[in-house]
Amino acid sequence: MVIGSVEALIQLARECGGTIGQAMVKQEAAQQQIPEKDVLAQMEENWRVMKESIATGIQRPGRSKGGLIGGDGRKLYDYCHSDAELLAGANVMEAVSYALAVAEVNAAMGRIVACPTAGSCGIVPGVLKKIQELDHLTDGEIAMGLMTCAGFGIVIANRASVSGAVGGCQAECGAASAMAAAAAVELRGGTPEQAGEACAMVLKNVMGLVCDPVAGLVEVPCAKRNAMGASLAMVMADLALSGVTSVIPVDEVITAMGNVGRSLPETLRETARGGLATTPTGIALNKKIFG
Amino acid sequence: MEGACMNEYSCFDMIGPVMVGPSSSHTAGAVRLGRFARAIAQELPQKVEFLLHGSFGETYKGHGTDLALLGGLLGMDTDDVRIRNSNQLAEESGLQYEFIATDLGEGYHANTARFVMTLADGSVKTVTGCSIGGGKVLITELDGFPVEIEGVYPTIVDTHLDQPGVIHKITGVLVNYQVNIAAMKVFRQERNSVAYMIIETDQDVPKQALFEIAAMEPVLEVKFVKPF
Repeated sequence: MVIGSVEALIQLARECGGTIGQAMVKQEAAQQQIPEKDVLAQMEENWRVMKESIATGIQRPGRSKGGLIGGDGRKLYDYCHSDAELLAGANVMEAVSYALAVAEVNAAMGRIVACPTAGSCGIVPGVLKKIQELDHLTDGEIAMGLMTCAGFGIVIANRASVSGAVGGCQAECGAASAMAAAAAVELRGGTPEQAGEACAMVLKNVMGLVCDPVAGLVEVPCAKRNAMGASLAMVMADLALSGVTSVIPVDEVITAMGNVGRSLPETLRETARGGLATTPTGIALNKKIFG
Repeated sequence: MEGACMNEYSCFDMIGPVMVGPSSSHTAGAVRLGRFARAIAQELPQKVEFLLHGSFGETYKGHGTDLALLGGLLGMDTDDVRIRNSNQLAEESGLQYEFIATDLGEGYHANTARFVMTLADGSVKTVTGCSIGGGKVLITELDGFPVEIEGVYPTIVDTHLDQPGVIHKITGVLVNYQVNIAAMKVFRQERNSVAYMIIETDQDVPKQALFEIAAMEPVLEVKFVKPF
């Protein structure tokens, strides 16, 4: 079944009397013609890989392939566990440290789960890991959260894009952040409608974000955009859980995001010909790496 | 991943694949191209030249595309963490290799690699393919023949003399083994010469079926490539 709107996601959840995550398990099982428990088991396996990549990035930080980044996840993790008083609070900043760690593992040719892409792979694991710790959730419950993420990812892919080359960074880190926010809402007991509101409020705040990788590498600014995505997801999930709603309905927001992506010049869509990539430092780093 | 048209995505398209970074197109896709080249060579080549076109040629070092191509050729999967050391592993296994940034000409996708492989018997095999995004690939040439192979289905790659009835005979064997054909394409350069046939199937093809096809008079070579 083609799922083209958040409205459809909410309708599916209503029909099965549960969450969007649960509705997506039914959808996937029907589509692949496999039992629902196999869908969840497969997703739980992906969650295990995500947790491994967090652990690798925090415990054994290394330099990226291009040499531009590495070790920031660990640095922030240590800061979170020091006597320092965190402005944004421990929950947000620990999630950000995990997101950075995974993005760094990716840049160092470590193993990750693309979510929805490799460049944005830290956001969902970062947010969900913090929620797992906070609420003592099982891996199975987190796998259900990943199903919520997937539902929203599918709608964004269908109404807009989840490719930086097509829609800029809003389509990668923006989409990941929206997916994480929606899952965070459902994991913390919010309604499907509130999950939709969280998704809308994230995407409104990344509207037009460009993809401008220095030297064309998935390093700068990608890792820190993962930090942004994780923090934004948690802020907007809380906003939605408090009952705040988006004035512009979520499906209209996603369509607008697709339109904005298409009107971005090619120089700002993963080609490394604009934005941070063409700053004096960006150009110098490119020369240093590729000669 | 294109967003222009509505698709029936799987949840695992959004949460997945499991892969080594940093880039689905420049790393995961490159591994898959290497895996396909290995399946066509059917052995670890003695020597390989990687001709890298477009973005592959410009950025292969930073994305580890070189390590990914080598890893695939060594038989590694897209989530194998040994990929980052595949140059050492290639040297240990005696593979001679060279990466050459080049311009293959117009009409080639920006992420294209050509493998020029020298095998143990001295023969040379070439495979050309491109990484089209999200880890998806398209094999575009085999030994200079234009083809289209995505590697999503089990695939039979056969070369035969272009004669009437050959395709009927080959597909007849598949019928006998209850292998359903998902897609089929035939490519040739001129009449009555050598033709390439690519058959994508819904099931694995039993070895016996491949033997029977290979034993047919007009058939020159048959290879079976699992989804890669």
